[in-house]
Formats: sequence, structure tokens, C-alpha cells
Amino acid sequence: MRKNRDPINKKVMLAPFSGWMVLFVLVPIALVVYYAFSNADRQFTLSNLHWMYEYRGTLWLSVKLSVIATVICMLLAYPIAYAMSRASEKVQRNATLFIMLPMWMNFLVRTYAWMTILEDTGLVNNALRGIAGWFGKEFDGLSLINNHGAIVLGMVYNFLPYMILPIYTALTKISYSLIEAARDLGANGGQVFGKVILPMSVPGIISGITMVFIPSISTFIISKILGGGKDFLIGDLIEDYFLGNSGVVNYNIGAALSLIIMVMILIATFMMNHFDKDAKTSGGGSVI
Amino acid sequence: MKKFLTVYTVLISVFLYAPIFVVVFFSFNSGTSRAVFEGFSMQWYQELFQDELILKSLYYSVVIAVVSAVVSTVIGTMAAIGINKLRGFVKSAYLSVNNIPVVNPDIVTAISMMILFVFVLSHFNGMEMGFTTLLIAHITFNIPYVVLSVLPKLKGMDQNIYDAALDLGCPPVKAFVKVVIPQIMPGIISGMIMAFTLSLDDFVISYFNSGATFQTLPITIYSMTKKPYNLKLNALSTLLFAVVLALMLAVNIKKPAKKKKA
Amino acid sequence: MIKKSIAVFLTLVLLCTLLAACAGSGAGNAATLNVYNWGEYIDQTVLEDFEAETGIQVNYTTYANNEEMYSKIVSGAASYDVIVPSEYMISKMIEEDLLAELDFANIPNYSKIGDDYKGLPYDPDEKYSVPYTWGTVVIVYNTKYVDEADVEDESIDLLWNEKYAGKILMFDNPRDAFALAMSKLGYSMNSTTPSEWEAAADELIAQKHLVQAYVMDQVFDKLIGEEAYIAPYYAGDAMAMMEENEDLAAYVPVEGANQFFDSMCVLKNTRHKKEAEQFINFMCDTEIAVRNAEEVCYAIPQVEAYEELDEETKNDTMVYPPAEVLERCEVFVNLPSETLELQSDLWKKLKTHYD
Repeated sequence: MRKNRDPINKKVMLAPFSGWMVLFVLVPIALVVYYAFSNADRQFTLSNLHWMYEYRGTLWLSVKLSVIATVICMLLAYPIAYAMSRASEKVQRNATLFIMLPMWMNFLVRTYAWMTILEDTGLVNNALRGIAGWFGKEFDGLSLINNHGAIVLGMVYNFLPYMILPIYTALTKISYSLIEAARDLGANGGQVFGKVILPMSVPGIISGITMVFIPSISTFIISKILGGGKDFLIGDLIEDYFLGNSGVVNYNIGAALSLIIMVMILIATFMMNHFDKDAKTSGGGSVI
Repeated sequence: MKKFLTVYTVLISVFLYAPIFVVVFFSFNSGTSRAVFEGFSMQWYQELFQDELILKSLYYSVVIAVVSAVVSTVIGTMAAIGINKLRGFVKSAYLSVNNIPVVNPDIVTAISMMILFVFVLSHFNGMEMGFTTLLIAHITFNIPYVVLSVLPKLKGMDQNIYDAALDLGCPPVKAFVKVVIPQIMPGIISGMIMAFTLSLDDFVISYFNSGATFQTLPITIYSMTKKPYNLKLNALSTLLFAVVLALMLAVNIKKPAKKKKA
Repeated sequence: MIKKSIAVFLTLVLLCTLLAACAGSGAGNAATLNVYNWGEYIDQTVLEDFEAETGIQVNYTTYANNEEMYSKIVSGAASYDVIVPSEYMISKMIEEDLLAELDFANIPNYSKIGDDYKGLPYDPDEKYSVPYTWGTVVIVYNTKYVDEADVEDESIDLLWNEKYAGKILMFDNPRDAFALAMSKLGYSMNSTTPSEWEAAADELIAQKHLVQAYVMDQVFDKLIGEEAYIAPYYAGDAMAMMEENEDLAAYVPVEGANQFFDSMCVLKNTRHKKEAEQFINFMCDTEIAVRNAEEVCYAIPQVEAYEELDEETKNDTMVYPPAEVLERCEVFVNLPSETLELQSDLWKKLKTHYD
């Protein structure tokens, strides 16, 4: 009887979603796999994968820079998230807004602004030159842009909020009585942090890591604007193969490289989920 | 410790807001340089409103964002209700598929759809990338976020109220509309807002899936950054930022009153 | 009641979607012409005049290099009507049957084009293209920072001078960048010999640590703002930059440089061929050509219009180089696909070479 009067037919409810996702998510991914394992004549080949070896330096650089950016984000974000979680409710709400607000300005324009700040004739160097001049000294200026450091800075800048917010959310879920209990049992400040707060914020850290690492490893804009267009990251290569900026379009190699990113992220999330087994996040469903 | 945190917070704020400040400050530059301030002027704002390309792409961006947010909210909410009724393997399969566009890097989502569109369009002569492909792409990456924001509300919903409505003789459809929908409304609304903002802000997916004649604002901004820098971009960004800031402030001032009610 | 309003809402959404979809696919109706040109390459007021005179709306978009334009067009991503490719791209597109044969009855102003600019190797039978502007690649440098001794010989080697490490800019497109390296080595920039390409790539790789950034039109900001001191770029743009910063100077390198002819073409799949030809004709009008030339600073092929330019421009050897300079310049030809592929691979090798 219950079944009969339930008006919600799950099949009907799921139909548009299923159709859409099959057509525009699963089929495209199948096409990526198909292109990655075929050549221009649509014959099966493994030769595209040899580019993975050819571009091992690019893969390594992309992984290196995004890992560095992720670690820096984590170190920068934790104290802020912690301070936020300990503040009054009103401050917490305002702080969340305050951290999200910069993301409302177009990220290309903001990244371009970093050029103005970091250039040889930029604001920082001009200020330093002014200070040096004040002391009657010559100052050549620092090389702050068009290098890997600037690319990492761009990643940290653009994705830092994605690290702060999940850690903050995880920290707010820790009940204060737990900390008090630990204190009553004789734990000192360091122990409380190491044994209670840090472990309980792991889910937040992990989702923060994914939210910073994934856009970092696949970026192709930050490397162009702040890296001076000198060193390709894996995202630049994919863009080049698909849009043919250097004269030749090759979907097959581009698809193979995209597949490599996908597999790398799959492995990373798998490892994360494994690491996160004890502190299972709510929300349900394995990631991919 | 407290002092350290205060200083630290100030430093991070400077880091987050330095570029914003630069953009806003130089939007009032009377010169053309994005690095040398020559004097105060509103000329870039004037020029902004005469730039048809920018205004048109702003309009296109809003159209795409509204339409894709509405469509993805409808599909996503229905899907969430359906998924909520599933159990076991089927459920986690659905959730996994839903998660693909969330977890995949933008560029991978973008090129995978580009392959599909190019593949399909090459079989239909005279068709090209444009509004339709862009809209499909935006709906696709919006749906998962709607599902993810409606699902928790469905989980937290009190099934008994719905059953009570039925027991009291309310027709099922009416009960659904009157009881279930209002309970998950906050999730639907936040999903829709999220979809709208994601769509409005998207660059990567639009970059690979837009044609020549239909460019959204981020695409136009990107093509402008490839030319001699034009401070119109600063004026535009400043204006949009001011609008968002005003909206946020308005919502934030209203919010406490609302909270008391609940 | 609520059911009704939801139904109304859904219908509205559907209607909006349909309407918008129609608007999207109908973007190419009779009154709109899609013109796709290089960035910084037109006097915008000319477009307004064209719209006012003919009632045809112009949808004007720009690209940064030939390759970008080409891949947009072949991917089927876009339908343009008028494009302005360089000569080698024109021959490639003619070969691939992408361009429409023009009806010169609709372009009476074609007669104003000088004979020197007609029937050039890329379009020998004068069927597909009408010259827009021409010029050479020059090396721009800042006299304030670059020693006179280093530019005395007017050599391409300035771009490889260790003294200016971090202050040198380079083309961010393979064709122009490789052409410079080829000239430096004394090879033809149209070489099809793989070993010569490899050698040129080695030159570019050796130069990489000196390069501040690979750029196209961002060169304007960087040279004018003195963020960088040395850059190769197109003559007309170089002139425009020199007007903004008087410390800038330029020369055509003695080793030779690329001479380019950018011409207006109509795409084969255009739906507005007649309007496109009308546009081309309009751009060749003497008064319009003069106005446009004053804005973009490039050399123009229209004889009458050239005569009307001011003396200073006419005698400017950068814009209108004398015959002996042009003699050492080389025009790009379309490279065979193996060479293009090699070029693309070597370019990526350069960009994935990490010092």
C-alpha cells in the first residue's frame, strides 16, 4: 500500500539525469579513452602513451609545482581556519565571506594584477628601490616573475580559499568538550592539538588537498600569465594539442595526456580515501 | 598565540586582497598603464560602457548562467530525489557518476566535451559550436553541484511529516509539493545559486566549447589579456566586484533576523 | 495552484531555452558579418562607418596568430566570413579548399591595389585574396638600456646577447620564432630539411634562459613600460610602440627577416559572400585605407592611399623599406605537413625544456 501511494517514481525522477550524464559525461570520457588509444586513422595503437615518456619532465614539473602549492596552502590555511573556528559566530560568518569574496573577481584579471605587483618594474620592486634609494643605495630589483616560484604563487593565491574553508568546516565540528576532556586528563596544549584537533580535522585537510591539487595540476593559464609562457605544464600541452596553437592539432595525444591526468588523480584520491578510512567523511559515495 | 594569529590573519588578508586593491586602484588611472598611476580619472568606466563586445558578452554570460542554472536545478533536484530512494550499489554508482565532473579537472571535462561536440558536429554540415554547445557544457558541470546540495536536505528530512500528510488524506502529489519541496527548498536554492555562479565564472570549459560568435565574459576577458592591456578590464572587474560586495552585505545584514525565525 | 505555477514556470524555462537556442543558431542572419582579424589591426571607427553606410552589422573578433585562426576554423568551432591571414596561411587554406573565389565585380576598389602586390606567389591567379597590409619583422630595442655597440651591426644576434638576459622577449608562435633562428643560422625560413629545423630548435633552446617571456601583443605593455628592452615584432606595431615610448628604436636585421602580406579573404562556407565582398571593397577605399593606415601604422598596398599619407610615413624606411632591404627579406610559403608537424614537435620541445 505504501508503495502505491508514493507518487515519486524514482525511474521518472532519474531519467533526465541518467540520459544527460550518459550522453555528456560518460560518452565524452569514453571518447577520450578511445582517442587516447587510437591514431589519426582511428586504428588501435599504444603509441600515444609513449608521449607520456617523452613528456615525463613536464609531468614531473606539474606534479612538483602543484604538490608544493598544495603544501604551502595547507600550512597557510591551517592557522587561519583554526583561528576562525575559535572565533564568535558573527566573526566566523564574516570571515567566511571575507575569504570567499576575492573569488568573485575574475581570476584572469586578478592573476594579471599579480603581474603588476611582481614585475621588474612592478610595485614590489619599485617600493624596494625606493627604500634602497632612501638609504642611498643602488638596488637592481628581485626577479619575482616569469619563473616557477611565480607559478606556485599564482596557484597558492587562486586556490587558498579552497583549502581554508574545508579545514575550517572540519574544525568547527570538533566539540569543545572533547578538548576540555583532553585537558582534564592532563594533556598539554601540544598534545591536545596533536592527538585531538589535528586528527579530527583530517577530513577537512584531505578535501582541501583535493580541491587545491586538482586545479593546480591541470592549470594552463597561471603558467602562461605568471610563468611568461616559457615552461609548459601538462595543462599547456593539452591545450596546445587540442587548440593547435603551435600549428598542429592532435586530439589523440591530447586525449592520452588527459587520460594520464585522470589516472593520476584517480590514484591520488584512492590513496586519500584509504588514508581517510578512519575519519570517513559524510556525503556518501566513493569519489569516482 | 592570540597576537600571532592576529598578525598572521592580517598578512593573509593582505595576500588575498593585494591584487583586488591593484585592480580597483588602477581602474581609476588616467593613463593607460596597469603599473604606473598617472592620475585620477573615470575614463575607463566611460569606455567600458561604450564597449559593445564586453557588454554583449556580459549579457551572454548572464543568459547562459540563468538558463543553465534553471535547467540543471530541475534535472539535479529530480535526480537527488531519485538517488535518495536508491540503495546499495546502484546508489553509489549514481553518486560516482555524479562526482565525475566535480573531481575531474576542468580541462579534462572541457576537452572530453569538445571531442564529443566536434565529433557530432562534423557529421552535420553547417553547424558550429556556439550557444547550444556552451549551454550543454554548462548544464553538465552544474548538475552535480545541485545534486550534492539537495541530497543532504533530503537525508535530513523528516519522512513522518510526509506520511502524516498522506494519512490525513492529502493526495500524494500535493503532499509532495506541499511537504517535501518546502523542506528541501534551501538545498534547491543554494544549488541553483551555486550553479549560477559556477556558470558565470567558468573560463576553462567555455574556452574549449564556445564558438566565434557567442563568447561569454571570461572568454572576452581572456582574449583582451592577450592584447595590450586595457584598463577597461579593471573598471569592469571593479564594478562587478562592487555589485557582489553590495549583495553580500545586504544578505549578511538580513541573515540574523532570518536565523531567529528558524 | 502550486502545481499550476510550477507548470507555468517549466513552460517558461523551456520557451526561454528554445528562444535562446534560436537566437544562438540564428546569429548569422543577413545583417551580421563575422570579421576575424589580428589583434590591434584596425581603426575601429572604420567599422562604425561601414555599419552606418551599408546597414550591415559587423561582429569583429580577433586572433593572436595565424595558427590560432586556422584551428578555430578547421575545428568547425566557428563560422567567420572575412578573415585576414598571412600569405603562407592563405596558400595552405587555398590548398585545403577553405577559401571562396572572390567576385571582383563586387570589389571595384581592387583596381587601387598596386601591381607589386597583385598575383603574388600565394595567390598567383588573383582569385582568393585582396591585400590588406604588408610589412617586415623588425627588432625593437630600447636605446636607454641597450648599448649602441650591440646594435651597430643590426644583427639578429642581439636576441641572443647574454648581457640582456631576462630583458629579451620572443615571439610566442613557432613560425615567427623559428624564422628568426633560421635566419640567424643562415638557413631559409622555408626550409624543409629536418636537420636545419633541429639546429634552429637548438638555437631557440640555447636562447631560452635569456628570454623574459614569450609574448604576442603583450609586447606593447612590456616594451613601452620598459619591463623588457629587446623584442622582435612586426614593423607596424613597432612603429606604434615607438610613438608611445621615444626611447624605442628598431631595425630590420641584416641576416634577413620575414616579409609578410596579410590579405583579406572570404571563407568558402560563408553565408554572406556578397556582404563580405562589400566589406573588402570598403576597406580598399582610398579615404578609409588612409585612416586605417594612420591607426595601424602598417604599410598599405593601395597606391592612391599611399600618396595621401604624410611625407614622414612615406619615407619611413621601417614601414616602407627600400628595395635593398626587401631583397634580404623572405616571404613565408606554406610548409609541407611533415615539416609543420616537426615544427610543432620542436616548439613543444622548446617549451618543455626546463633549464
